[in-house]
Amino acid sequence: MGTTDHGGRCGYLLEAEEIVKRFGDFTANDRVSLRVRPGEIHALLGENGAGKSTLVKIIYGSLQPSAGRLRWGGEALTVPNPAAARRLGIGMVFQHFSLFDALTVVENIALAVPGPFDRDALAERVARVSEEYGLPLDPTALVADLSVGVRQRIEVVRCLLQEPRLLIMDEPTAVLTPQEARQLFVTLRRLAHEGCAVLYISHRLEEVRELCHHATILRQGRVVADVDPRSETVSSLARLMVGADVQSVNPAAREAPGPPALTVTGLSLPAGGPFGVPLRDVSLQVRSGEVTAVAGVAGNGQSELFEVLSGERPAPTPESVTIAGQPCGERDITERRRLGAAFVPEERLGHSAVPGFGLSENVLLTRHAANDHLVRTGFVSGGRVRALADRISTRFDVRFSRRDQEAGALSGGNLQKFVVGRELDRNPRVLVINQPTWGVDAGAAALIRQALVDRARDGAAVLVISQDLDEIFEIADRIAVISRGALSDSYPAHTIDRERIGMLMAGARAAGPGPERDART
Amino acid sequence: MKLVLEKRPERSRTMQVASPLLAVALTMLLGSILFAVRGIDPLHAIYVYFISPLTTLWSVEELIVKVTPLVLIGAGLAICFRANLWNIGAEGQLIAGALAGASIPILAPQWDSALAIPAMLLLGMFGGMVWAGVPALLRNRFGANEILTSLMLVYVAQYLLDWLVRGPWRDPQGFNFPKSIGFNDWHLLATFGDGRVHLGAVFALIAAAALAVFMARTLMGFEIRVRGEAPRASTFGGFSVPGTTWFCFGISGALAGLAGICEVAGPVGQLQPTISPGYGFTAIIVAFLGRLNPLGALFGGLVLAICYLGGEAAQVELSISEKTAQVFQGMLLFFILTCDTLVRCRVRVEWAARRTSPAEGRLPLGIGSASSRTADAGEATS
Repeated sequence: MGTTDHGGRCGYLLEAEEIVKRFGDFTANDRVSLRVRPGEIHALLGENGAGKSTLVKIIYGSLQPSAGRLRWGGEALTVPNPAAARRLGIGMVFQHFSLFDALTVVENIALAVPGPFDRDALAERVARVSEEYGLPLDPTALVADLSVGVRQRIEVVRCLLQEPRLLIMDEPTAVLTPQEARQLFVTLRRLAHEGCAVLYISHRLEEVRELCHHATILRQGRVVADVDPRSETVSSLARLMVGADVQSVNPAAREAPGPPALTVTGLSLPAGGPFGVPLRDVSLQVRSGEVTAVAGVAGNGQSELFEVLSGERPAPTPESVTIAGQPCGERDITERRRLGAAFVPEERLGHSAVPGFGLSENVLLTRHAANDHLVRTGFVSGGRVRALADRISTRFDVRFSRRDQEAGALSGGNLQKFVVGRELDRNPRVLVINQPTWGVDAGAAALIRQALVDRARDGAAVLVISQDLDEIFEIADRIAVISRGALSDSYPAHTIDRERIGMLMAGARAAGPGPERDART
Repeated sequence: MKLVLEKRPERSRTMQVASPLLAVALTMLLGSILFAVRGIDPLHAIYVYFISPLTTLWSVEELIVKVTPLVLIGAGLAICFRANLWNIGAEGQLIAGALAGASIPILAPQWDSALAIPAMLLLGMFGGMVWAGVPALLRNRFGANEILTSLMLVYVAQYLLDWLVRGPWRDPQGFNFPKSIGFNDWHLLATFGDGRVHLGAVFALIAAAALAVFMARTLMGFEIRVRGEAPRASTFGGFSVPGTTWFCFGISGALAGLAGICEVAGPVGQLQPTISPGYGFTAIIVAFLGRLNPLGALFGGLVLAICYLGGEAAQVELSISEKTAQVFQGMLLFFILTCDTLVRCRVRVEWAARRTSPAEGRLPLGIGSASSRTADAGEATS
């Protein structure tokens, strides 16, 4: 690892000067400047859409700036592509991994390492480097059998093998349990100590305060502050990031919860695809008047659970899912909606909304069978559908540039407000929502969370599936944890802490790759 | 200077209309270059090809005769393609419809009744529907790729027709020619004008208009559009995947079958080994040229019918092979699919001056300016 003098005029390893990037009429980066010293853990803070990813893509060579320049060790240069960035000594760990499920760890790493393929030598190197940095890896394990946390280690080790001078990490803890995150921080500190610079992208303020030496805060494509996060508070950072005080959710007075309105009993389901997650003996009760949250790291069966609750995938027996007391396991999503249930899946574009359709047609998507008289003898009433779309947009503060705009042209936050509003507008008795504020700006997230709590207080049973522990503690009355397709018991939110949730998230995974493979087959 | 293809925030309404017209213009342009290369005056050739079919009453009637099956089939295929279901076996469904409908004039030539024609038409639609139902069944039941199954059934239908007209359905008084008996007058469709334009033209107009309303205004039409745009959203909306598959194949098969029986009970008047010059395949281009809108199929059908007639005219006047028509069809399809990019994207010209990079040529670690230029070129062409 390069610990020698990095040269440069002021000792900076990387300098970005007045970077501008335009996409059509949209300016993603507006004269953004950033300086990173060797051995520094530098945070890039900002909400979704603030321009963080655009900036690092420019540094990593996958985008070219419209104006501005980069300096590396004091020398101006262009980075034409990621391969050139890697040759410079820039490594990047993406939020979405680029690993082949059907290959082993060492085979995946070999794909990124130039030169001839000597599997045994490389496996030995992988084992040594991963051990050295406290990221143990079994080089012969099949990627499909590994948890998300371990997959991230592969990506990190793949970068470390190339002896980087700058390591870019894009939202690395989004997929980790609290314990795994702590392990990663140890590794990052060790790297920094050896002189490697780390550019750490996040919107999680606590961890930035804990880990980083310096923070550059972006808002709407501009640098709004350069601060030392260790001398800031979480709320002062949040204010800088959002540009206003963030409203916290008003939990309102709780009455005693009502009877269970959504129950799951002994539900097991084989994996949907070759690398899907099977559900294993899941039982759950969601009571009226309560927000119940399912916590868990991504890819532990959340999508499968959602699909079987919504009816997109049928359950094995009618009794394994009941809604409002009715056995529903074999009923389709329309029949479940008629029983008063509403669903919001994780993916907006292409699942909860059709990107190429206007908002009014997207209203029709889930409301056509409801009691709104939108459809008469097979014909759609355009007027009623548009009026309903307008009502939802007004009530949930959905902003658009043109009436009945295409859903795909809306920002993530606005589209999510619309999609959540479309379901809440029906006053459902049961609401199941997967990742309610994923990729949504703070203002919209606050509005959505408040709306979920309000709906529960009005007597609905609300089930929130989320990876975001902050969100869960903000709104949930009861918390259960999903891990490897198995669901823990649910606990009242005030009786369980992050530590305990982290243990449950890790679940069976503590055992290592051997028994895991058995569990999957 | 470099050309950049940028994604538009929303689909361009202007380009949705302009792109097929642009495709036709580009086809004419490239066509005239081809003519010029072969030493034929391009202006005259384009006139013969695209304008002369519209100049005499005879050729206009002939045009309508050719537009009829193209629109009937193209409007049905437009619906199928909208749902991302690739029924490319309309030619086979046309033949199946012709065979089913022709069973009445061939097996019961003396049945002279007002019910005979409606029965033939219904049987024709039924035949096409059954033929299209096979790929739908295989897809729903076994996940078989409908492109392959529907295409392969075309050849089955062609051989079935061939066997019937050479075997059981051959005209006993036909001097051993592979033809059925000529249909009796009461088994032929009503005609207009000089007697070539038939009732099918009216059906084509009705089908295009009705399907356009169906797609735009009904829940089932919505369901089909959602299925094509976002299949997961369609399941989330509670729409049945096998249901739409049955429906789309059923309707496009029925219309192809109707086109088939209208051909044999209209201009052809009997069964023979070849009853269609590939209408079922050409209708794929018709559907795309009409932007997968049933009404647009009227425009698409017109352009491609001109292509057919222009090919014949070019053979007579310019002594070039009528296969040129197929070249034009190919170019047309190519340009439509290309121009459709402009609905979602726009082209922007970036002048070199805006992209100065002061440090080019003195990069550390041996990254030369050459490699950065290649990367630029790669971006520009992609």
